[in-house]
Amino acid sequence: MHYQPLTENDKQVMLREIGVDRFEDLLRGIPASLRNPPMPLPEALPEGELQRLLKKIADKNEGAHSMLSFLGGGSYEHFIPAAVQSVLSRHEFYTAYTPYQPEASQGSLQAIFEFQSLITELVGLEVSNASHYDGATSLAEAGLMALRHTGRSKILISQATHPHYRQVLRTYVEGTSFQIEEIPFEPSKSLSRSALLEALTDQVGAVILQTPNFFGVIEDLEGIAERVHELGALLILAVNPISLGVLRTPGEWGADIAVGEGQPLGIPTHLGGPYLGLFTTSRALMRKIPGRLAGMTKDAQGRRTFCLTLQAREQHIRREKASSNICTNQALCALAACVYMTLMGKEGIRRVGELNMDRAAYLRQQIGNLKQFQVEKDQPVFNEFVVRGQKSSEEIQAALHKQGILGGVPLSRFYPQFKNEFLVCATETKTRGDLDRFVEALARC
Amino acid sequence: MLISKDDRLSFEKSSPGRHGVTLPKERCMPEAARTVPEHLLRQKPAEFPELTEPEVVRHFVNLSRKNFSIDTHFYPLGSCSMKYNPKINEWAAALDGFAQVHPLQPVDTIQGYLQVLFELEELLKGVTGMDHFSLQPAAGAHGELTGLMLVHAYHQAKGEVKRRRVLVPDSSHGTNPATAAFLGYDVVEIQSDARGRVDLADLAKHLDDGVACLMLTNPNTLGLFEEDILKIKKMVHDVGGLLYYDGANLNALLGIARPGDMGFDIVHLNLHKTFSTPHGGGGPGAGPVGVKAFLEPFLPVPRIRKEGEQFVVLEKSERSIGRVKSFFGNSGILLRAYVYIRSLGLQGVRQVSEHAILNANYLKEKLKKIFTVAVDEPCMHEFVLRLDAGVAQGIHVGDIGKRLLDYGIHAPTVSFPLVVPEALMVEPTESESRETLEQFVDALQKIRQEMIANPELLKKAPHTLPVSRPDEVTAARKPILTYRDYLREKSSAQTVLSS
Amino acid sequence: MNFPPELRYTSSHEWAKKEGNIVRVGITEYAQKEISDVVFVELPKVNQKTEQGKAAAVVESVKAAFDIYAPVSGKVVRVDQVLESDPAIINKDPYGDGWFFEIEMDKSSEWDALMSADDYAKLLKQSVK
Repeated sequence: MHYQPLTENDKQVMLREIGVDRFEDLLRGIPASLRNPPMPLPEALPEGELQRLLKKIADKNEGAHSMLSFLGGGSYEHFIPAAVQSVLSRHEFYTAYTPYQPEASQGSLQAIFEFQSLITELVGLEVSNASHYDGATSLAEAGLMALRHTGRSKILISQATHPHYRQVLRTYVEGTSFQIEEIPFEPSKSLSRSALLEALTDQVGAVILQTPNFFGVIEDLEGIAERVHELGALLILAVNPISLGVLRTPGEWGADIAVGEGQPLGIPTHLGGPYLGLFTTSRALMRKIPGRLAGMTKDAQGRRTFCLTLQAREQHIRREKASSNICTNQALCALAACVYMTLMGKEGIRRVGELNMDRAAYLRQQIGNLKQFQVEKDQPVFNEFVVRGQKSSEEIQAALHKQGILGGVPLSRFYPQFKNEFLVCATETKTRGDLDRFVEALARC
Repeated sequence: MLISKDDRLSFEKSSPGRHGVTLPKERCMPEAARTVPEHLLRQKPAEFPELTEPEVVRHFVNLSRKNFSIDTHFYPLGSCSMKYNPKINEWAAALDGFAQVHPLQPVDTIQGYLQVLFELEELLKGVTGMDHFSLQPAAGAHGELTGLMLVHAYHQAKGEVKRRRVLVPDSSHGTNPATAAFLGYDVVEIQSDARGRVDLADLAKHLDDGVACLMLTNPNTLGLFEEDILKIKKMVHDVGGLLYYDGANLNALLGIARPGDMGFDIVHLNLHKTFSTPHGGGGPGAGPVGVKAFLEPFLPVPRIRKEGEQFVVLEKSERSIGRVKSFFGNSGILLRAYVYIRSLGLQGVRQVSEHAILNANYLKEKLKKIFTVAVDEPCMHEFVLRLDAGVAQGIHVGDIGKRLLDYGIHAPTVSFPLVVPEALMVEPTESESRETLEQFVDALQKIRQEMIANPELLKKAPHTLPVSRPDEVTAARKPILTYRDYLREKSSAQTVLSS
Repeated sequence: MNFPPELRYTSSHEWAKKEGNIVRVGITEYAQKEISDVVFVELPKVNQKTEQGKAAAVVESVKAAFDIYAPVSGKVVRVDQVLESDPAIINKDPYGDGWFFEIEMDKSSEWDALMSADDYAKLLKQSVK
């Protein structure tokens, strides 16, 4: 096996040094009934054959490479500069270990520090961790952190938040004495402000809202933070980082914690993972944050040095008193996002947001002009919006598929009451020609 | 000079007007047709740096050169299984037919990826002897969380609400008690006996019908097989508790013994340890959870099933604990593990542990002459050394780790497990040759001599790297976590200077 | 090592100083040395209830975290805010400015149960062996 260097000769030398006749002599402590287990594994594939097999399996998948895709819903197709993958392929980055030994990991540590710096710039809050698993788990841990901090037991969450995020929150809260109350949305699919304000009592420790929400609608959060704070609770916003080049930030909205999915920042869609959980908060809550933090300091000779810090919160030190059990995070994905944001730069991060808004606004207007489809014409959206048709979404999607288009996510998949509605996403990857082609195809449905 | 001494952040290399990408100029809608009101827009711009592509590339490539990595250095880190990451794994993950797949595509357009996930589940079942797997958890600790949620759901369903305790060995990895406490369990530590295994008498003392489960790593963090595992299984099951397997040390058992056969009810694996997916500087990993049949109903959704020749996705299941992550899991990582197992095949998988154990015992034999072995008997894939010399010179085990860096070898795990004071946990893995192991022995031999002859060399190590001995105290007292924090610190320091 | 005779001590290395019904709490010179550089202190909230022998505060070093146990039961009436910005004081002046919090004591009998400086010194000698 070409990954394993020991030859028969090596083994003989080593067994002799160890002082046993056979390898099995080293396993004498293991009960005989457990030894030599059956292992129904196939034979090894030589690499050439394995490459052929994998290509064959990959060819069974459609995707943005083979079809014109307008899929969103928490995972997005964006332009990823080639330089991102190029940097990620540096062996010293992707085969490095967790930076517990700072002197051996200044590369990884500085990259995390720059990631933290860029993300905090983007969301307008002061502290970011080095990443969490994904948007859903970040949101769940943020909810729990807010309850621990306020000493309260109730979480309010908008029903217009991504269904997976709400499901994960439920899983995390199950078995605790905490409660979750979901706040309904208006027919226009934006948050019901009145329902939220009515549910805000002093039992509530955390209010979780998403903007743009799952339906693509940019929520108007004017005055919400003030109300939440008046009642002594924390405001948690789930956001799409690539929208923050143009949209009002969680910091500007007065949020205490901002979480979200960092996948749009240079990470391919890859059937849903590995992605990038964002977790940011204010300096005041810095010591309550889960996950790793990279800090800047000086070394014994006064040189600038990066190291993991505030580790006393973490599992390897606090053990059962840790605020979270997280150990491995998503470092390489954070690196991808860091390189992406650095390449985009001050100008690019704003422009890419504008392009997304432009593409979605145009597409929505054109679809709205079709007889058989309806949209909310003037509702503020970022890069996705809901379309209502006269047939079931599944029928529409099947028809579009025949024309080489992945036309949108049927809402009925998550909200059974919306049988004829689907979520359409248009990012900067689409040209006007692509958008027109989609509209023509829809017209034929 | 080869490694750049430029320690500036990207922000500090910024120059207004520079671009790292060129974006499309085309606008489809005139500006005037904007429907987003002003108060929903960002007020102040994000102060990202402004650099060209070559500047960004040079910046990050130079950073990478300040890293140790498996592809450049030997990492004998105990309980991490720092083995070689095969390049075909990366080749596969980069294929468009995997990378460009969207998780919400119709099921008939993702049959290839579903095939990979389904077959991986089958392969992991074969390797571990478990009946069903969830591939959703994103990391080992996430798998542990999922596993303990399964424990909780199981006992709840039986109405056994008074099971509030989780038992863990005192040698356990920190995530075990952290996970249990996170879920509201009381954590009780079980002592190790003189041979480093779970003390059966102490275990018996703590086993009653208030125990939800016992979490074990086998072999344990000292690299020793829990020889009484079948007895332990009976003891725990007799009081109605579950037996949980922390798969961090599975690299010792492939083809040798299976946790399923030992009687474990729940298992989590660390694909970034045993199954060669890259560590990435701290993730992403994947922590699949395996269970015996009676726990299947509680597994997270979605599940992947095969119906005839088609793969289908089950989004709902009545007694499932629900979702633990968005979408399917860390699919790109699961794919890499699949490729690894297909590369190895039955023979290769068997060889992994055989070679890992040989390497560990050979290394232990050679190092016995230099340091004390914590428990002197045949080990499995890792072993623990104890530093008992150099105390007079004020040397701690961390200093040995730092000095090893100068010899081009990453430090082993230091100060863990907690049951051995001044511990060095060493795991060579099966990827290393005899020559590399002997180089490691040689380096430790020299360091041993330095400990007595020139202790300052160790206390101030490393000497050959870009930085040495960061001031972690100040880093924790006055955390500087972003570029803005740094600027604020700098300006207040300057104010002090000028006043 | 210095253990002021006018103070009382616990086996978990806290010192206590009584003034009327108020008990001021800190950690001993031995403790601050074991912990080494303190980077952060998590103090109890004012009005928080304490129970003798139960954790009331947490001290963090770079590599470890330590529970600080209340020597008597009662209610926290004052905390030393200075520790938030300058935790290093605990190392520099553990018996003076490095105090943690003050408790309004419930039962004075609990105070009588605390160790004298001599007993504490003896305890340390034994455990070192």
